[in-house]
Order: sequence, then C-alpha cells, then structure tokens
Amino acid sequence: MTWVNAVIQGLLLGGQYALIACGLSLAFGVMRIVNLAHGDLAICGAYLALVMSSALGVPVWYLLPLLLPIAFAAGLVLQVLLFGRALRHGVLAPVLVTFGLSVMIENLLQVAATSDPRGLNGGELALASFRIGSQITVSWLFMTAFLTACAVLSGLQLLLSRTSWGRKVRAIADDPDTARLVGIRVRPVFATVMGIAVATAALAGVFIGTIGTFDPYQGTNTLIFAFEAVVIGGIGSLWGTLAGGMALGVTQVVVGQANQAYAVLAVHLLFLAVLAVRPNGLFVSHQAARQAGALG
Amino acid sequence: MTGPLLEVTGLDVFYGDFQALFGVRLSVAGGRATALVGANGAGKTTLLRTIAGAQPAAAGSVRYRGRDLTAAPPHRRISAGIALVPEGRKLFASLTVEENIQVGAAAAASADWPLRRIYDVFPMLARRRGQRASTLSGGEQQAVAIARALAAAPTLLLLDEISLGLAPRVVGELYRTLTALRAEGATLLIVEQDLRRAMAECDDLVCLLEGRVALAAPASAVRRDQVVAAYFGEGTRRAAT
Repeated sequence: MTWVNAVIQGLLLGGQYALIACGLSLAFGVMRIVNLAHGDLAICGAYLALVMSSALGVPVWYLLPLLLPIAFAAGLVLQVLLFGRALRHGVLAPVLVTFGLSVMIENLLQVAATSDPRGLNGGELALASFRIGSQITVSWLFMTAFLTACAVLSGLQLLLSRTSWGRKVRAIADDPDTARLVGIRVRPVFATVMGIAVATAALAGVFIGTIGTFDPYQGTNTLIFAFEAVVIGGIGSLWGTLAGGMALGVTQVVVGQANQAYAVLAVHLLFLAVLAVRPNGLFVSHQAARQAGALG
Repeated sequence: MTGPLLEVTGLDVFYGDFQALFGVRLSVAGGRATALVGANGAGKTTLLRTIAGAQPAAAGSVRYRGRDLTAAPPHRRISAGIALVPEGRKLFASLTVEENIQVGAAAAASADWPLRRIYDVFPMLARRRGQRASTLSGGEQQAVAIARALAAAPTLLLLDEISLGLAPRVVGELYRTLTALRAEGATLLIVEQDLRRAMAECDDLVCLLEGRVALAAPASAVRRDQVVAAYFGEGTRRAAT
C-alpha cells in the first residue's frame, strides 16, 4: 500500500513540475528560446504574492486575479524589451540574456528580501486533506496543484488548437520566416506567448510557496526540474511535458520511499537516461520528432 | 485607374556582399499577367521576394497603387493587396489544409475571399480541409499555397515557380485556375521556367539576366528566339563583339 501511495503522491508532485515546465515548453516550442530565468520568474511570482498577501492579510488564492495579469504584463515587457532583441542576434544571445536575468533576479531578491526561507499563506486549503481507503491520505493542496496543472495545460492546448491566435502560434513554430511572409505579425504573437509563459510560471511559484518554502536562489533548482520535465516529455509537446513531469514526480517519490537520499539523484539519472536513449523525449512519436518544433 | 498597379524602379538588392539585382525596373498594369523569366540565379525569386517584403531593397523603390511600400513590412503589403505564393510552397506542415488557408487571411486586404469562395476555386481542397498539409500530393500542396495567398484577398498575386516538380497535367489545371482568377480581375506576376507556357499564358514578358532586366515586352510582340537570346545574354554578347 505504501508503494501505491508513493505512486499517487508522485503523480501529484509531477503535476506541479508540469505546471512550472509548461511555460518553458511553450516558449521553446514557439520561439526556440530556452528561458534560463523561468524558474526565477516563478520565484518572483511567489515573492510578489507574499508581499500582496501580507499587505492585504488574505490567503494568496484571492490575489491570483491580480497576480496573473501582472505576470502576463511582465512577460510582454520582457519579450519586447529583452528577449525579442536577443532573438535577433543568433542562438547564443538569448541564452546569455536569460542567464544574466536569472543572476540579476536572484541577487535583487536577496538584497530586497534576504535569504530567509519564506512561505505563503494558503489559507485552510493548505491544511485540508482527504482519504482514499484507510491508508492513503491526499493533501487538497497537492490535489489542487495537480488539477490546476491539468487545467492550465488543457486550456493552453485548446487555445493552440482552436483559436486564430493558436493557429498563428503553430504556424510560427513551424516556419517563422514564411509566417511573416504570409502576413502574421510575429512580434505581438511572441509577446503574448511570453506573457502566458511568465503567468504560468508565477502561478507555479504560488504553489511552490504554499506547499513548501522558498528563498531567492530557489529559481535555479526549479528551472532544472522544469527543464528535465520538458526534455523527458519531448521538446515543444505540452502533453509530453505533463507526462514528463509525472515521470519525474513518480521517480522522486518512489525512490524516496526506498531511500530518501537517492530521490533527487534518481530524477536526474532518469533525465540522463532519457537524453541518452531517446533524445527527442519519451512521449514524442518519431514522425513528430522529425518535424521538430511542431506543437501538439 | 491611371498609371501601373505595381511600379518597381531602380531596385538594388544584396545578399550580404553579393548583389542579386541591379537597378531593376518593372511595371505591371492592373488586370494583366506578366511572366518573369530568366536562367537560374537571374534574380527572379529575389525580385518577387523583395516586392513581397521578405528581402530589403538597398536602393530603388516599390510602389503599389501609387503608395511607396519600399520599407513596409510584409503584413502591410498584404493589406495593400500584394500576396506571394513562395517558391517551394512553404506550407505549414503541422497545420491542416484549412488552417493553412486561414493563416493566409491574417492581414487580408478585404473580406472578398472567404473560405467558401476559395473552396469553389479549389473543390479538391474542400474534401481535404481537415488533413495535415504535409500529407497532400505535390499538386494539392501547390493548390493550398495558392489558396493561402488568395485568402489575403490580393489584387496582385505573385507566383514563384508554381509548376516546379509537378506533372504537366497538374500544371495545366493550376493554370486554368489562374485564368479563372484573371477573369475575376486579378493581376498576376508569375515566375515560370517553361518559356512556351509563359509566352502562351501571359500578356507581358520580362526577362532577367544576371540581376538586370534584359527584355520587357508584350508576349505577342516578341519571338521565341528573341526571348531565348535575352535569356542567355546572347544579344549583349553579340553587341559586344
């Protein structure tokens, strides 16, 4: 029964990883940008939620209608002022720019908020749980994070497959030069994609902060897990990212059940193994891998 | 309307240090079909891409209906009425046929070409609307590429090597479609490798040679050997000796 429990908890943890990773996956799938500051932006979201939550004295959930639009706007501004310009200067420039941004964010947070670990006020939800059978207890907070991840990924998938915005995004992911040539204005589309990526990162940051604690340097660690989920799932595939996150989560909790010391190591080994055996990801068909960049 | 629909003057285009076009002058009157011919590397595709806004002009101007579009981005040119069917079709492989066509309407000049009208022109695409564009035959893919450009409701359609790699019967069908489009008032600028077809289907002929205009005349006013001479630069060589 403990193993069944471990798998369930692992899947729920995987949902959190997927929530952090989906913005990274979207931005890479469309713009070919690996945003090394993605994890730090998630932690920024957590700090912003902390400031607003303590100022207003309410649980963070009530602040999401305010926080997510701010994060979206921040993504737009970052794309227009920083990433978009970097993208015009080859493949190395975006890596350097996002790495620099990551270092800056971490140090600014350190100066502004010290390196004390913080937690967010999750209200009653943070303490509630329910039982499956007699031995398995599931935290409502974990369940909410998992369901939120599923909802965000489904929502993104619907936006991509059903709307004219999504059609433009997929056309750009296929062939940006031709997309421009047939009249798609690429920059506004890129800006909205980065807005969504940062908003999902901030949402993930809120869950990170309510489930555990966070400090200014946690973004890097967060990024590594997100990055591994993206690669394991197959680059540019959103459902793959969810599956990748779950693979990470289950590995971490199941191995941790046997020996806690090896839990995180096992996750990184899984990532290395996937990279060595199926570099296109576990959940991407060979055909899809050939037309790399296709979102689906 | 007075004056030509499209007027290109003194156009210089570079790829890095390599100059592809030298002072090219081209004028296309509304409602006419102009064939752009020339050997490989003569600059035909470069000229079309520069008119569509994919390639910057180092000198000269592109005017459309009297408006200067030389520095305009592609979406502004499309809104003005210029649409390009690029060489090699360049369809979005992971999009369906219908999505490819819809994407072409992103900056449409007018609402004159709804999907229904496009499917009237290409009935075979209506049957394949839900299929991924990459699963279609070459001729069907070329039809999608033309349909995508039509979705922009252009008054000037630029077509780059639409017969490349297609069976003669399929090319014949595509040209019949173009004839129908012309009957509805479209102006065409066509890059065509097949000289016989170019002379038969088009009103005017422009021949490029090494980035310069070697010949520009009504198709009915030139003989095939004159065009061939311009094509290979024999006229200039003869003049030089």
